[in-house]
Amino acid sequence: MAAPVNGPGTDPRAALAPGTAVPTRRGTELLLLGFAVLITLAAHLIIDITVTGSPGTEMVTFGVWFSVLWAVAHVVVRRFAPYADPLLLPCVAVLSGLGLSMIHRLDIAGEQVGGNGAASVDAPVQLVWATVGLVLFIAVLVIVRDHRALSRFAYTLALIGLVLLALPAVLPNSEINGAKLWIRFGGFSIQPGEFAKICLIVFFAAYLVDKRDVLALASRRVLRLELPRGRDLGPVLLAWVASILVLVFERDLGSSLLLFGIFVVMLYVATERASWLVIGLLLFAGGAFVAYQLFGHVRVRVDTWLDPFAYADTGGYQVVQSLFSLGTGGLFGAGLGGGRPDQVPVAKSDFIAAAIGEELGLFGLVAMIVIYLVLVERGLRTSLVVRDGFGKLLAAGLAFSLAWQVFVVLGGVTGLLPLTGLTTPFLAYGGSSLVANFGLVALLVRISDAARRPAGTAVATPPKLTDAPTEVVQP
Amino acid sequence: MNAPLRKVAISVLVLFTLLIVNVNVIQVFRADELRADARNTRVLVEQYDEQRGSIIVDGTEIALSEATEGPLTYLRRYPQGPLYAPVTGYNSLIFGNRGLEEAVDEVLSGDDARLALSFRRLTELFTGQDLSGGSVELTLDPAVQEAAMSALEGRVGAVVALDPQTGAVLGLASTPTYDPNPLSSHDPSAIRAYAEELEAQETDPRTNVAISERYPAGSIFKVVVAAAALASGDYAPETVIPAPQDYILPGTTTDLQNFGDQPCSPTGEQPLIEALTISCNTAFAQLGIDLGEEAVREMAEALGIDGTGFEIPLEVEGSTLGEIDGDAALGQTSIGQLDVALTPMQAAMIAAAVANDGVLMNPYLVESVQAPDLTVIDQTEPETFSEPFSADVAEQLTRMMTNVVDEGTGRRAQISGIEVAGKTGTAENAGPDHNWFIGFAPAGDPSIAVAVFIRNGGGTGGDISAPIAREVIEAHLQGGG
Repeated sequence: MAAPVNGPGTDPRAALAPGTAVPTRRGTELLLLGFAVLITLAAHLIIDITVTGSPGTEMVTFGVWFSVLWAVAHVVVRRFAPYADPLLLPCVAVLSGLGLSMIHRLDIAGEQVGGNGAASVDAPVQLVWATVGLVLFIAVLVIVRDHRALSRFAYTLALIGLVLLALPAVLPNSEINGAKLWIRFGGFSIQPGEFAKICLIVFFAAYLVDKRDVLALASRRVLRLELPRGRDLGPVLLAWVASILVLVFERDLGSSLLLFGIFVVMLYVATERASWLVIGLLLFAGGAFVAYQLFGHVRVRVDTWLDPFAYADTGGYQVVQSLFSLGTGGLFGAGLGGGRPDQVPVAKSDFIAAAIGEELGLFGLVAMIVIYLVLVERGLRTSLVVRDGFGKLLAAGLAFSLAWQVFVVLGGVTGLLPLTGLTTPFLAYGGSSLVANFGLVALLVRISDAARRPAGTAVATPPKLTDAPTEVVQP
Repeated sequence: MNAPLRKVAISVLVLFTLLIVNVNVIQVFRADELRADARNTRVLVEQYDEQRGSIIVDGTEIALSEATEGPLTYLRRYPQGPLYAPVTGYNSLIFGNRGLEEAVDEVLSGDDARLALSFRRLTELFTGQDLSGGSVELTLDPAVQEAAMSALEGRVGAVVALDPQTGAVLGLASTPTYDPNPLSSHDPSAIRAYAEELEAQETDPRTNVAISERYPAGSIFKVVVAAAALASGDYAPETVIPAPQDYILPGTTTDLQNFGDQPCSPTGEQPLIEALTISCNTAFAQLGIDLGEEAVREMAEALGIDGTGFEIPLEVEGSTLGEIDGDAALGQTSIGQLDVALTPMQAAMIAAAVANDGVLMNPYLVESVQAPDLTVIDQTEPETFSEPFSADVAEQLTRMMTNVVDEGTGRRAQISGIEVAGKTGTAENAGPDHNWFIGFAPAGDPSIAVAVFIRNGGGTGGDISAPIAREVIEAHLQGGG
């Protein structure tokens, strides 16, 4: 990229002479947020009218709640991260709004022609989770005043991440749909993997910044590749083994693929050595081959991926229904409330993208993908601009994790990749994923604030985390 | 770190472009095909606005659509559900159309070109009434179907009965069976619950054993080898052939034995008719080897055992001999073991060819297609499938198969006052033996040919399957057929 495009949120330092005030772009954010809320409420209204003939009674409550949610988020950003990238929050708002509308639409699917007459109330539950997510978002912005402070807790976070990752494998009663990735207590079930992902990315960033010189410089030249020394292979092998363990003990193809991908890419960014990508790819290929040979559930996934229609009544049922849903939607879609996305199994969670493709058509689905792309590229832009190595790696890791997850999930739903159990960030029904991703965006907002803050301006409040009490936790 | 970051950004762009290209392919290029797929239940939902035509057996509707008060206008009903399930299949909101509901969907839904000009449809079209589809009248004989299904009860198996002179299917039974009504209901949770119940069974009752499954044929295949021998002109029923107690397959140390290691004859040889009557393995293994692979395979293919499936219009899986690698394999093939795999439908066709003087008729299930006003718009004309052997050979085979029932392994298929011709089969496999019987009656002027198959029945074809064939034949003959 010889000439990076300079959008409205691009590094303002380049454009402005020293001493001039840097625009915070909070107004842009507010305007876009308003637009996102408007789109969501319009979608909600159209759905109610198409399916039941009149606006639902919960329309007002939902409208007010959803608007207040984003107003609060905006105010918090204005107060605690004034220089944050103005596009991050609106992207999240429109995605989660679209998700909520679609979940509501599937809630009332039972009331339409051919339905079973029953309606469920998952959308309000999801709205509550979004609120919990917002609380986490605020908490992260208020507590973490300087993202660099996080690197001090790298090993603690790594431990927490690993425990969260391993928890479902050890706990009984954690299996849903063949994969063990849940913790259940009371009426709740939590997917700790979503939180583990963020903890591990923070750890990877801190660890790799620390070790990048060793990993990058000590090398041997074989063929045309700079190969690392044997002992430096340790970390990547460890990540690989951890991924395999997740696959074996939790049967979670998605998380395994996700974590390993994130780690290899972060390793590449940290060391600037393509050889890590090659090594990662080889390890992945080896692992995938062995997993295919050894595990029935992996083999079934791959076989149904290669020819879902041959297994249309069994293992390929979900993907085939998803393809029918997308195909029937076509270019312009059936219109909100006009299709039958409830014919696809688990349409609210795993296959929500199919529901969007059926009712909003190719245009709607591509628009959704582009919004994700904007979100991810803004995250990577933050990474490019931020000054410190840890921040760079952390932002890159978080942004890439979103990209990778979206690619794997949508690839699965559209038959491009084997189906995994990953969730569609912000869209899919499920509290853990929503809350965790709000936390992820809070970190991105925090780093982007640091990135766009004019050089020399001190952080408004001294970072509390560097204060004495935190020293206790340090090793 | 900025150089690799830029590359990552570009890679993300590439990945997302892949996603976008892929959804373009699905939602634009493959859209029509996906929309029209029979398994796409969205299309099915639209179809519920039309009155689907009926499936009729002997004047009685076995599948019909009735108007309801619910959001979907028409509900599919199967008044005798489990009895005809192997034929009708179901019309499900979730699982789409299966069985005849799928095979003759164009007629039932009214899309068939033959219906386009029917008066009723034209008036409906212009007056804006709900459109109705055409109906199909089947060839089935209710007495045969009932006898077959009740005789099979409690076992995994199939009965196929054909009219040898026309190829009309008189009975198509497969067990375990299921009730198509819950699968065709308008309540998705009830549909799913019932489907899960079916899936949980050891054999999913939706599997059609009669036409979509293939099994080792065992000794019923000896009829094919006998036909090849007689057709060669070198053999007659009285020709004496070697029938040792043990036969070492050429080029191997495998000792091929008779059932229960019994001797076939004290002299070590016997007439062909005798070998078939007692189902002598060593005699037929050696006979097959003497005839050669080409003669055996040619006869099998002429009878339809050529690996290709066909439609009646339900889809029938192709039956096959498999690869025959050398004489030892040919010996085992000749007694219906090794890779010989037949559908019960194919087995019935062998009996039908013998019964109809060596002319094998195309099996068919649809007697006529009717417009919504019940005028017949298409009548199926019987067609010849093949002529595998001459009337002379057929006559000789009939004599031999009659002997099997009169004094051989098929005694339990005897009906007093009526001459029955048949052949038993007990096929070895990984589990308990499969039990076969094929036959026809009356031997002089056959009006029904049957195949009975019991999966892993554990006994012999003569013990288990022959009595079922007798009940089915009796039901047909008493019904005045």
